[in-house]
Amino acid sequence: MKHALLVACLSVTSWLAQAGEAQPMAQDPQVEARLVVISEELRCLVCQNEALSSSHAELAEDLRREVRKLIRDNKTDAEIKTYLVERYGDFVLYKPPLKPLTWPLWFGPFFLLVLAIGGFWRYLRQRRQLTHNHLDAAQRAQAEQLLKD
Amino acid sequence: MKKFLLPLVLFAVLVVFLGVGLKRDPREIPSPLVGKPAPVFSLPTLNGDKPFSPVDMKGQVWIFNVWATWCVACREEHPLLVQFAKSQRIPIVGLSYKELQGSDASNAQSSEADKLQLARERSLKFLQKAGDPYKLSVMDLDGSVGINYGVYGVPETYLIDKEGIIRYKRVGPVTPEILIETILPLIQQLDKPA
Repeated sequence: MKHALLVACLSVTSWLAQAGEAQPMAQDPQVEARLVVISEELRCLVCQNEALSSSHAELAEDLRREVRKLIRDNKTDAEIKTYLVERYGDFVLYKPPLKPLTWPLWFGPFFLLVLAIGGFWRYLRQRRQLTHNHLDAAQRAQAEQLLKD
Repeated sequence: MKKFLLPLVLFAVLVVFLGVGLKRDPREIPSPLVGKPAPVFSLPTLNGDKPFSPVDMKGQVWIFNVWATWCVACREEHPLLVQFAKSQRIPIVGLSYKELQGSDASNAQSSEADKLQLARERSLKFLQKAGDPYKLSVMDLDGSVGINYGVYGVPETYLIDKEGIIRYKRVGPVTPEILIETILPLIQQLDKPA
């Protein structure tokens, strides 16, 4: 595993080393524009915290080539994403889809928030009861008596 | 007593979550391909026989192993594959993944046929030296078949059943433990006569 990572990183460095000539960009500016938009939302599988649009990993390069091809074939964004999800799983999407498996991910924070608000409300109520009721009439009279003396 | 219990329980839950998180390998991505038919392709083989397609393997359980001579982790698992091949349990088919890298691959002067020739020479040289566990290897120079199999870190290993369904995927080198504890029992289960 470590080796694979090493290879990936080394191949990135070797790519940088020979990056003398510019990439054949913008053969079709429209395709490139769409590519950038779509690949912003896709994750590079090798450098997992990088978007596919900005990654220099070789696999990212290949995947961009595939996406370019799909764009030229007039595929919709959804179709292109499905194409990648079928091969690499939901993991390639930066925005995970809403399905039972990801419910805890999407709703978990709200659930925790409701729980926290409920707990806080109960705590406040207890405190209020505490301050309001801790003297009964007799004790109050006693206290007044003490203050008068 | 109860006052101390709640933070303690919260702490324990946190420790469990962090512990599980530590143990998991973030590079290992569950493959959506397990349980699905192996993607079809037709690629030239290493020794120049007629092109190979996964359909040719219908009716038998087989291993599909993605490798390259530049891949260090592949060399790590290679002796184990050679040993496994000697047992003649089930055939291993190799996918030579993007054998040519960098300037060799992007060299505009050499034709596709030249590139294929160069990749074959390199792969054969390696297999002659280190042993050849493969029934045959296919050449995926541009990595497009690799993309169809969801390859993102060589070596990768797939176990494919008699109907051509992918039953297991391993990313990274196959270790003796994985072979004995996971792959062999699975082969036994899949290889039962129907």
